[in-house]
Amino acid sequence: MIRKTPLNDAHRKLGGKMVEFAGWDMPVQYEGPIPEHLAVRNYAGLFDVSHMGEIVVRGNGALALVDYLTINDPKQLKDNQAQYSAMLNHEGGIVDDLLVYRMNATEIFLVVNAGTTKKDFDWIKTNESGFDCEVVDMSAYYAQIAIQGPVAERILQRLTSTPLDKIPSFWSVMGEVAGLEAFISRSGYTGEDGFELYCREADAVRLWNALLLEGTDDGLKPCGLAARNTLRLEAKLMLYGNDIDDTTTPLEAALGWVVKLDKGEFIGRDALVDRPLTRRLVGFEVLDRAPARDGYKVVVDGEQVGTVTSGSPAPYLKKNIGLAYLPVDIAKIGTEIGIVVRERTVPAVVVKTPFYKRQQRFD
Amino acid sequence: MASYPDDLYYSKDHEWIRVDGDKGTVGITHHAQDQLGDVVYVELPSAGSTYAQGDAFGSVESVKAVSELYLPVAGEIVEVNAALADTPETVNTDPHGDGWMVVIKIANPDEIAGLMRSAAYEAYAKEEGGE
Repeated sequence: MIRKTPLNDAHRKLGGKMVEFAGWDMPVQYEGPIPEHLAVRNYAGLFDVSHMGEIVVRGNGALALVDYLTINDPKQLKDNQAQYSAMLNHEGGIVDDLLVYRMNATEIFLVVNAGTTKKDFDWIKTNESGFDCEVVDMSAYYAQIAIQGPVAERILQRLTSTPLDKIPSFWSVMGEVAGLEAFISRSGYTGEDGFELYCREADAVRLWNALLLEGTDDGLKPCGLAARNTLRLEAKLMLYGNDIDDTTTPLEAALGWVVKLDKGEFIGRDALVDRPLTRRLVGFEVLDRAPARDGYKVVVDGEQVGTVTSGSPAPYLKKNIGLAYLPVDIAKIGTEIGIVVRERTVPAVVVKTPFYKRQQRFD
Repeated sequence: MASYPDDLYYSKDHEWIRVDGDKGTVGITHHAQDQLGDVVYVELPSAGSTYAQGDAFGSVESVKAVSELYLPVAGEIVEVNAALADTPETVNTDPHGDGWMVVIKIANPDEIAGLMRSAAYEAYAKEEGGE
């Protein structure tokens, strides 16, 4: 059965084109991927991300369990702080990538991918014995709305008394938005500044409408999954199931900056240390008008050396970009590769990533 | 509202053909471009290639998808719209005019009779819906 977020009717009223994604009926676009993508880069965009999963780990052993299950070091987090992380299997492959929030010393809030929520929950339950805590899937309780873009803070600030300029990136606070209780996190999946708001399912429509009404004059647009995908690709943020999965390690995925090998024991650590690094995820730019797409072959001298894990036109950069795993000896900036587009091989070059990096604010 | 010119013939694959003697100009319909969204790339064959009715002869791409182009009747490609390489968005702005894809030499004129006229196609496109 296809699942619906509490905003399903709201999307249809806005003219959203609905598609199935990870078992959910979601808007892929409203006005179109290009204007939505550009709205987020230049002004702001509003996203329904209620399909994401939320898992709460609670108890005296909660922090220790999450530490044992994830590659980053949650012991470094202060209350209300978050970190990007991942859970590994015993072979070092990625069970899922996720955000880890420390609410307080005995409550950890995990935000996981929609398509993997059940797998993640089962994985955590499988490994919880010996830790003094309970694990609860709260996904059905929360809706999540993201407001992203350079003017996101300005719009959101008009709807809340919480001083948003006091929330650094990857920090969060409980507050009220438009009179509705919300967990406000400065984070996102677009490469822009912005916020992710968690609220009760029953409040989602009112929160969504309040944000849309408040932000329209500032250039805020509702954005679908198509723009979400191109935005995250320009910022080289991982898409689970495409760029990373159970067979790829975080070291192969160039997520070494997330892995804290010296933090102590965690699932997958031994495999990461032992497994030889044979391939690495790189970004490439196609030197042709033909876009690279997910699944296209990557060749060098006529031999296949990899496969495109994510490929798309990049609406802000106005280039065709993509990601692919390449053998380590050629996974270097400047390497010339070919992308097989139907019957043609088009030239591409490995480039520095992220493809897009927003200008830092000096305030 | 979409208007579908009376002088065109339309296929179930959402291509149109404008017949001029033994030649025909082929493009995609307003409905097709609307479903695709912003066109960013059009791949067309070389002149001289021949195709049967319904064969894929190229592709048109939006940000999120690749769609094949199907020839509404059999024929040989005699001209391609080279301007689409630089301005693929013409397919969105003028699908039944400057956004044309290829000119073919029609192999079997009898196949034209099996295509739809404007009113029938409009009803067909409406039935297919906006999703």
